[in-house]
Amino acid sequence: MSSVVTVEKRKVADYKGEERPTWCPGCGDFGVLNAVFKALSDHNFDPKNVIIVSGIGCSSRLPFFTDAYGFHTVHGRAMPVAAGIRAVQPDMPVLAMGGDGDAFAIGVGHLVHAIRRNLNICYVVMDNAVYGLTKGQTSPTAERGLATKATPQGASDPAVNPLLLALATGCTFVARGFSSKPKELADLIARGIAHDGFAFIDTYSPCPTFNTVNTFKYYRDATEDLPGDFDPTDFSAALQYAASEDPLYLGLYYQAEQPTFEDHIRNNRPEVIKDPMTVVENLFEQMA
Amino acid sequence: MTRNDLVIRVAGEAGEGIVSTGQLLTQAALRGGFHVLTYSQPPSEIKGGHAFFQIRLNAYRSYSKGDSVDILLAFNQEAYDRNAAETKDDGLLVYDPSEVTPSADSHFVQVEFPLNDIAKNQLKFPIAKNVVAVGALAELFGLPTKHLDSLIEERWLRKGEAVVQKNLDALRAGIDYVIEHVPQRDNFALYPEKTHSGEIMVSGSEAIGLGAIAAGCSFMSGYPITPASDIKEFLEVHLPKTGGHALQAEDELAAIGMVLGASYAGAKAMTATSGPGFSLMIEMLGLAAMAELPCVIVDAQRAGPSTGMPTRHEQGDLNQAAFAGHGECPRIVLAPTSVRDCFYQTVNAFNFAEKYQTPVVLLGDTLLNVRSESIPRPNLNEVNVIDRVLFSENGNGVDSMNGEYNRYVLTENGVSPMSIPGQAGGQYIATGLEHNEAGLHRYDEATHTIMTQKRFRKLERAALEAPEADRFGNPSAEIGILTWGSTVGSVIEVIRNAELEGIELDMLAPRMLMPLPDPQLRPFIESKRVIILPEVNYSGQFANMIASQYPRDYVRVNIFGGMPFRVDWLLDKIREEVAQHV
Repeated sequence: MSSVVTVEKRKVADYKGEERPTWCPGCGDFGVLNAVFKALSDHNFDPKNVIIVSGIGCSSRLPFFTDAYGFHTVHGRAMPVAAGIRAVQPDMPVLAMGGDGDAFAIGVGHLVHAIRRNLNICYVVMDNAVYGLTKGQTSPTAERGLATKATPQGASDPAVNPLLLALATGCTFVARGFSSKPKELADLIARGIAHDGFAFIDTYSPCPTFNTVNTFKYYRDATEDLPGDFDPTDFSAALQYAASEDPLYLGLYYQAEQPTFEDHIRNNRPEVIKDPMTVVENLFEQMA
Repeated sequence: MTRNDLVIRVAGEAGEGIVSTGQLLTQAALRGGFHVLTYSQPPSEIKGGHAFFQIRLNAYRSYSKGDSVDILLAFNQEAYDRNAAETKDDGLLVYDPSEVTPSADSHFVQVEFPLNDIAKNQLKFPIAKNVVAVGALAELFGLPTKHLDSLIEERWLRKGEAVVQKNLDALRAGIDYVIEHVPQRDNFALYPEKTHSGEIMVSGSEAIGLGAIAAGCSFMSGYPITPASDIKEFLEVHLPKTGGHALQAEDELAAIGMVLGASYAGAKAMTATSGPGFSLMIEMLGLAAMAELPCVIVDAQRAGPSTGMPTRHEQGDLNQAAFAGHGECPRIVLAPTSVRDCFYQTVNAFNFAEKYQTPVVLLGDTLLNVRSESIPRPNLNEVNVIDRVLFSENGNGVDSMNGEYNRYVLTENGVSPMSIPGQAGGQYIATGLEHNEAGLHRYDEATHTIMTQKRFRKLERAALEAPEADRFGNPSAEIGILTWGSTVGSVIEVIRNAELEGIELDMLAPRMLMPLPDPQLRPFIESKRVIILPEVNYSGQFANMIASQYPRDYVRVNIFGGMPFRVDWLLDKIREEVAQHV
């Protein structure tokens, strides 16, 4: 006898957290938050089984606005914390959220290694080329010369290209989204979560308060979807399109299958798991 | 004359088999019933350079490495030159005449031992040089051959019986040479009074690894660093057997980040490092304290500051263990006092971390982590393991007013039930921001005041549950020695030797150093006429903590050359103090 179980289909609103977002009106992060809700509801995840990890910055406040388990870590350290979580809870979806300062400045060392590990998480970077919480200094994704109120002489260094960085590091899912295309972004995030390995989604999420250059209009004009016949298994094509400065392409650049961090842990585990005290007692025996 | 203590040092080029010679002898001596305590000083160079391995054998039990050497086996000239001065006047020097030209005016007995010649020409088996040496050394102190025979069989059986036989022949050649050429060997014969053969041979790092497994640790992340890497390597091999995992992170920031992620996800988790790595971890030590995540951080101290002397000893990290971090950052610091204690204090570290949801720093050091010692096998039935208090959907942690879970609910002892991802209704945000009981970030005066008090209330409780202090000597002695960590070993031997001269001393070494356990310290400090505080650092880090909390006169004794206290030197210091205060 089998009984029919009706699975309740969760709605976008079911993932809203207790706190209302504290972002400035017109912030790109609102669109990203909605896309996250949409992606979670597409998967119909129970909020108790979702973990969202973030760093420090405006965008890293996102876990507070979501009904899920959350870990708002310290600046740049979301990746190792996510790895620790995945090592212990390998069956629970983990989303990492944060800004471009978190990902490409203070946390870039960890990002490279999280990608190398092929940690099975989905990392959405809300990229606005400035540090919002500290009032608008330029970040590593700011074009050289970008001047803001807090960086009046303009960014001194050339910008990091997040997609090339991820591709060169061996990332198995590389995409670019845009906050004002929430449907497409939600789709990328949902696919990123479904991907078995490290999914990296660099997302244009304009800061209306501190970046007067890279606005919504700027990105609407500068971006274009990847061609309809684009093949995301073609690494050379991915590199070529990722290097393009005009237009800036949106969509899934690259996807590949590789062993994951979690595979390594599973493979390292013996078939028979023993009680800790038995393991210690056996070791004592060997040391006598 | 019956001898009950013997220090053997094997010295030569690193990579020449010094360590394997020492280990074979160590294991055989343990089976022969001796108490064994090793001491080694690896060179900083990767290959080559001078290295030695020292074994102290005792008919009863020893607590320190031994001040000087009874038998020195020198493989080459540099080994002779560097170590002859540490050899006792009535000691024995064994050297290979093809490598070493001994000085003519030495006090000690010098015996030629043509190791290379025996191995190469007599045995036609040059790599057996170390086994020949083991046979000779064992014969010198009178170790029954059967223990070595069985060890050699165990070690080489996989390579076939022919190899076993060749090694047994090498062993026999070493033994025979000593019987024929060393008439003085009776002077070095040692008889175990009490058999230690039921004991286990374990290093401090292994004892920490064993303690972690016993305490239920299931996740470890670390970054290679001397002298802590051994702990990670031990757990990488053995933790998976329990379903756990140990791994190498990209740096120490990531190592502790992973530990906090694992802890948040429900695991008992730890990292192990040395001073330079601990410095990098301080950022997330604060996060652990703020988000109230249990974790254990082992700091196997070495001589600093900066890269310092990676292979040398110092008790220089107490300040950073106890005080590092911005803001008011609670943590517990434990310091084991012996290799055996490394096991028990690691279990305690996890118990405190889990019970009080707080970071716990365990202070090892080069001396403690690297040396191996025969210790009584811990009775696992007596090991008490404490798990964290968890949120439960209809009880623990649920607000009786609104029925909602509050991760940081205020309680009498400051501990709030913790939820683990997957628990329905347990969703919360762990954060380094100040937060209210629900875990939502708040910056108001009342919240920061109440939550700071909550976090420190846990420490007040923990102090009352501090592990028993290490105590040795005559409790009614007027002269007290207050110390910590591995210095305890030297102090115990000082007290024993002082007793023979009629000097009575009493040692107290708290195993919890932050918070300071007042019920242990106050009565001791108030009851002593003189208190001596020996520690291996320049500024007296422990002495400063004690003096600020318990103001009075203290006699500070500090050395900071990268070596532990010599027992005879420390006893001299104490004699001087006694003379002044009589």
